[in-house]
Amino acid sequence: MDTFIQIAYLVATGLFISGLKKLGSPATARQGNQWAAWGMALGLAVTLFDHQIMRYEWIVAGIVVGSAIGVYIARKVEMTAMPEMVALLNGLGGGASVLVAGGEYLIKDPYLFSADSLFTIGMSVFIGGVTFTGSLMAFGKLAGKLPGNPITFGGQKPLNGLLALVAVAGSAGLVWYPDSAGLVLGVTLLALVLGVLFVLPIGGADMPVVISLLNSLSGVAASATGFVLNNSLLIVSGALVGASGFILTMIMCKAMNRPLTNVLFGAFGGDGGAVAGATGDGSKSIREAQADDVAVMAGYASKVVIVPGYGLAVAQAQHVIREVASLLENKGVDVKYGIHPVAGRMPGHMNVLLAEANVPYPQLYDMDDINPEFESTDVVLVVGANDVVNPAARTNPASPIFGMPILDVDKAKAVIVLKRSMNAGFAGIDNDLFYKPNTYMYFGDAKKSLQGLVTALKEL
Amino acid sequence: MDLLSNLFIFVLACYVGFEVISKVPTTLHTPLMSGSNAISGITVLGAVVLAGHAGGLAGEIIGFLAIVFAMVNVVGGFLVTDRMLHMFKKKGD
Repeated sequence: MDTFIQIAYLVATGLFISGLKKLGSPATARQGNQWAAWGMALGLAVTLFDHQIMRYEWIVAGIVVGSAIGVYIARKVEMTAMPEMVALLNGLGGGASVLVAGGEYLIKDPYLFSADSLFTIGMSVFIGGVTFTGSLMAFGKLAGKLPGNPITFGGQKPLNGLLALVAVAGSAGLVWYPDSAGLVLGVTLLALVLGVLFVLPIGGADMPVVISLLNSLSGVAASATGFVLNNSLLIVSGALVGASGFILTMIMCKAMNRPLTNVLFGAFGGDGGAVAGATGDGSKSIREAQADDVAVMAGYASKVVIVPGYGLAVAQAQHVIREVASLLENKGVDVKYGIHPVAGRMPGHMNVLLAEANVPYPQLYDMDDINPEFESTDVVLVVGANDVVNPAARTNPASPIFGMPILDVDKAKAVIVLKRSMNAGFAGIDNDLFYKPNTYMYFGDAKKSLQGLVTALKEL
Repeated sequence: MDLLSNLFIFVLACYVGFEVISKVPTTLHTPLMSGSNAISGITVLGAVVLAGHAGGLAGEIIGFLAIVFAMVNVVGGFLVTDRMLHMFKKKGD
């Protein structure tokens, strides 16, 4: 029977790997996800034949309850809330790792564990615990239940380092004192505290990096549990997720031109609130435009590029922007979307929102593809984006975001910025773009502004 | 020895992961994340054995909770990814 289970695990591994590969291309992505789901179903089904299983009541109950909740939230969640959902799921994965590794320790005679199993039990509850509370913190920040601003206090970094060291030492201590359940509990508590402390100083807009990193950690946690159980399927699947999350983490860091350490420890920026220096000084002036002005400019343009940002998601304006684009297309305007890699609160967030609004994906352009086009663009509509279009990143070496790759919207003939107010973006820095002679500010909630624009375009 | 052979598998799987995933377009970053996230719910296999072990109520309850956590992760993750990718499919053609 064990051989049969192992062979099925091998097949499941193959399904995960091919599934992930297929997830990398738009044409096959859906199938890839389904393959991975089949791999999971297969792995779960054959595990039910494990000789250690004596009774099934709790198993059935757990599967029914967990699946029901899973189905419910997967159907209910708004696409704008995907970052929160992913953060929550990450956390649950980490929590499961803590419970499985801790439970394994609890039900067995600790002296039967090998030295390395004992150490990996400690590491598994540690990584799982950090993932659990870290993800819940990220969830709270993303859902607006916790303040999005970085929260810092003196000695934060040394304290985090110390906690991590003590946790690792505690795991090692288990090797010498296998029966001290207090060590397992202690490591778990340390991990839970560390998870909170580690996300606390990270600003709301650095969330794409944090979510990716927690995604990676949830994989590593599953892998660590595989070490405890000597289960190759867990080890491999966890490692695949770990690698995938790590790749996304690095892509996000590169898109912000900041090393990972700076994101994690830099306490950079807040959540887009009012920041000193954000309002223009006397020498700078802005130009305001109203719906009718914007409609005329965009309606008679030949090429319009829409640059969406987190503000679009907050205002749930993805459907209205699509309506604006359709009206413009009906007038013969060439409409494209330029998407910065870190726009939104998670990797690819804007793409998902626009997909929900039925924007065809050939219209979505990555930064490198759209940047050469701005010079021939008549009007750029910047909807709820700020730092990713700030020319200071290109021109001002003193700017904190200098060197970050941006969308070169300032090269277009006219730029219309839809924004609630003159507040600075998450980096808390002024945006020169707003004061350029070819820039017009269209103030208001993105959704209402765009609805106004729709009305104006229809009357045009 | 277990630790070493496990590490062996782990490192190789990391390499496979990097190779397979390294060139994913931006459009698919969110689905990749939620889909791979569902895979990390693989811990459910360990949870199932724990809950069925009949080694005392504490172990069973911990196992039950672990199954619930992991199954929400698995089912929620795969379904929401499918929902997203379905939207991607609709357009294009």
